[in-house]
Amino acid sequence: MTAVDGVSFEVDRGETVGIVGESGSGKTMTALSILRLVPEPGRITAGRILFGEKDVVHMTDEEIREFRGADVAMIFQDPMTSLNPVLKVGFQVEEAMAAHNRFTRGQAHDRVIPMLQRVRIPDAPARVRDYPHQFSGGMRQRAMIAMGLSNEPSLLIADEPTTALDVTVQASIIELLRDLNREMGAAVILITHNMSVIASLCQRVIVMYAGRIVEEGPTRAIFKNPEHPYTWSLLRSIPRVDERTHEKLVSISGLPPDLSNPPPGCRFHPRCRYRVDRCFTDEPDLIDVGASQRARCWVLMRNVLAESKTDR
Amino acid sequence: MTSAVTPAHTEANVPPPLVRVEEVVKHFPISAGIFGHAIVHAVDGVSLTIKAGETLGLVGESGCGKSTLGRVIVRLQPATSGHVYFRDIDLTRLHGEKLRRTRQQMQMIFQDPYASLNPRMAVGDIIAEPLRNFGIARGRRAEAQVQEVMRVCGLNPNFINRYPHEFSGGQRQRIGIARALVLNPTFIVADEPVSALDVSIQAQIVNLMEDLQDQFNLTFLFIAHDLSVVHHMSDRIAVMYLGKIVEVGPSDDVRDGPLHPYTKVLQSSVPIPDPDLEAGRRPILLTGEIPSPVNPPSGCRFHTRCPIAQPICSEKEPPLERKLDGRLAACHFPGKL
Repeated sequence: MTAVDGVSFEVDRGETVGIVGESGSGKTMTALSILRLVPEPGRITAGRILFGEKDVVHMTDEEIREFRGADVAMIFQDPMTSLNPVLKVGFQVEEAMAAHNRFTRGQAHDRVIPMLQRVRIPDAPARVRDYPHQFSGGMRQRAMIAMGLSNEPSLLIADEPTTALDVTVQASIIELLRDLNREMGAAVILITHNMSVIASLCQRVIVMYAGRIVEEGPTRAIFKNPEHPYTWSLLRSIPRVDERTHEKLVSISGLPPDLSNPPPGCRFHPRCRYRVDRCFTDEPDLIDVGASQRARCWVLMRNVLAESKTDR
Repeated sequence: MTSAVTPAHTEANVPPPLVRVEEVVKHFPISAGIFGHAIVHAVDGVSLTIKAGETLGLVGESGCGKSTLGRVIVRLQPATSGHVYFRDIDLTRLHGEKLRRTRQQMQMIFQDPYASLNPRMAVGDIIAEPLRNFGIARGRRAEAQVQEVMRVCGLNPNFINRYPHEFSGGQRQRIGIARALVLNPTFIVADEPVSALDVSIQAQIVNLMEDLQDQFNLTFLFIAHDLSVVHHMSDRIAVMYLGKIVEVGPSDDVRDGPLHPYTKVLQSSVPIPDPDLEAGRRPILLTGEIPSPVNPPSGCRFHTRCPIAQPICSEKEPPLERKLDGRLAACHFPGKL
């Protein structure tokens, strides 16, 4: 099975990039590949992952250990899977620093409370001595972010960091990520299924479907003029809290394909309402469709929409 | 009887509501360490009306009691106190066969389409079970009804002998809806029916529920944590916080001019899929954590986190009362945030 197939993208220093897709689209595998954390028996079979000049795929064990955590940090949907339940939160943040070579043990110790304050954990001097179970879901996610950022990495990968949280807590975590991106200059890759969260946080967006990038570009361009029918439908399938008139949601019929046997041609064609003959047999390339916007489609929504206008 | 205070009854020419919830309380005893027992105040004095043919959205965050309230209304769980009237029949006083007969008209759709279907039963049997339980149809006739309801719910009727694991999440939710629909109910409680589904599938289920409502003149209580879905689905919205209803009103009004500060916070926290709008929007962030329903705060339960709380808010509990035409709120300073 090919979970991620020929995915290429760049993240600039300090940039916020969203990777959006449904379950099975390959968005999490893409992120795990960056850290060479693809679970067994999965493998990276081809391609390069460059961090500056270094190729992550060919790093030695020593190099990859320093790279993970110190250069790039990752936070997950469920913070409890990453926090040790029998160790105090403060100790775990300190350990994250002690595991790498940026700070001495003494420096690491002194940085714990400021790190917890930085992620807006109230009453941090007292709460360093709490265990993870004494933290609420939102506070655990903050503690995870504090651990991730403690070594001042230049890239933070957040995999569905707000999916398990209530909306009011989600809003505060998104605000926190935005502030930390500005204050600390760390680039952020946000992996999510939620288009609205991308609109709120990310400068650029990558849309994945069935292991492929189907569209990418500046967030504004993608939301204003999506060119891939999948992106277009996805944006119209979610109710907007600010909707003025009640319109039927656009539903995407069918299901995402089984990746062990992906459909020929464009992988979205079985579910696409605008497909043409060519979509059944030939897979389109990711082509330029605007200023730094690219889409993988033979049809493109601009042509669909132009046609529906002349029809009227 | 306290029905005289129900607002719908004080106005002339208003048909009586289909469902009337009066001062419903649901407490759960829990064992609290070595010192014995404590009580979770899951639902603490809730009154609501649901009109025939409308969708009432019930929105709130995890632990606010919204699912418990839904379950108490269809009497999957008994209320600790209070009354639930269905067409003026007090469900909390019914027992045995009478309760069963009334319940036929009220069904429930659950959040998790994986957990709510018996994996060892064929889909046809799952959907036919209510028909058999109520002695409505058996054998060939039951099968014909099951196939019809499967068709209506967008399922292939030839799959009647397949098992739940052979279906995707979205299709399983359709099975859950078909099972609820087969008895031809008038009232359906849908508890987070789309939140476990992928985005592209959520729209399918939302659209299906809207179509079914039109087709069969259903009344919905639509429970969800996501204000955008609730607003899209509902005619009116009730907002719940820590076991209490804090605001009720028509969907657009509640969204556009929230009266209760908690509603305002919820509304400002929901992101909009539009980067230009988001650039100018900032959520109102709450301080502190949601208090424990074992020991809820005095006065207004939201006062510990409310940005505009005054001394009176911790002393006197604001009743849920009419503030504007058709709009109720439980707040000493409605519309001030």
